[in-house]
Amino acid sequence: MSATFWIIIGGAIVTYLTRIGGHVILTRFKEIHPRARAGLDAVPAAVLTTLVAPAVAQGGPNEWAAFAIAVIAGLRVSVIWMVVIGTVAIAVLRHVSG
Amino acid sequence: MTPRLLFLQGMKLGVPVVITAGPFGALFGALAVDGGMSVFDAVLMSATIFAGASQLVGLNLFGQHIPAWIVVLSIFAVNFRHILYSASMGQHLSQWSILKQAFGFFFLVDPAYAETERRVEQGEEIQFSWYMGLVFVVYVGWVAMTFLGAIFGNFLENSHAWGIDFILPIYFMAMLMGFRKRPFWYPVVAVSAVASVIASYTVGSPWHVSIGAAAGILVAAIFAPAARGNGAGDVSEPLKLEGDV
Repeated sequence: MSATFWIIIGGAIVTYLTRIGGHVILTRFKEIHPRARAGLDAVPAAVLTTLVAPAVAQGGPNEWAAFAIAVIAGLRVSVIWMVVIGTVAIAVLRHVSG
Repeated sequence: MTPRLLFLQGMKLGVPVVITAGPFGALFGALAVDGGMSVFDAVLMSATIFAGASQLVGLNLFGQHIPAWIVVLSIFAVNFRHILYSASMGQHLSQWSILKQAFGFFFLVDPAYAETERRVEQGEEIQFSWYMGLVFVVYVGWVAMTFLGAIFGNFLENSHAWGIDFILPIYFMAMLMGFRKRPFWYPVVAVSAVASVIASYTVGSPWHVSIGAAAGILVAAIFAPAARGNGAGDVSEPLKLEGDV
């Protein structure tokens, strides 16, 4: 098998370890401290934010405008429509601004 | 509800995920083959790693005579956030057998985690059938789109003009907004946003994810009402989401 194959397998193993690891570590504790629980409850907000904020910050006016439109739309519409509106907005803005 | 119906219910939630993440699967497949990888290796990578960002990072390093262990370590770094998902989600899977847990966690991608947390907020149980329905669609969609991208190659040549590169940030923002009723949501988002942006300019990718997440989680652990009280502001109480999905 090629080197690429083994790198892929290695990548798959470490990825699986990250996906099971948090649970395995946490089950070793009988009780979860309130602070730890508050931290865990913050996980979706904290992690999802890091997938959004830098991508938006590194964009330009087109990206910022499209993002703002998507967020305002997102207050009213469902996830999929927010994505559609945001994507159409960025495509139109990029076409218009060249 | 029967397992069959739960599976279908989960599948339905997987469809928007495939629509938004699918283009990245195709993009990955196209870039992989473009970079000299075989179609088989590209599909194998999607099928075994099943984590888009880390696959693209790995792909970038393949071409550069970088030692294998560094490529593997980079994939680990990009995927490190899953440890947090796993710790957070595992609390709701205590009724699953060890085998089901071991199998289920393989498929723990960002949208699967987000949908699971939403379901918990709605006060629903996380049934194995429901979860498998969700991740089945996402997994098959991801692998299939990788294959199509690898075969048809350059159909995404103009992906920038069509805004493909901006779909995922918007999608993650949509998921993020779904949690905005959670106690202490705004401080966590603000702190994580600032920390991840600063880290992305200083430390660089992919560590900005772990650093930004750690900052937000720490703030919640120290200052959130739930962290101080003995039961005051009980966070385990399910919250009602506004009726989207």
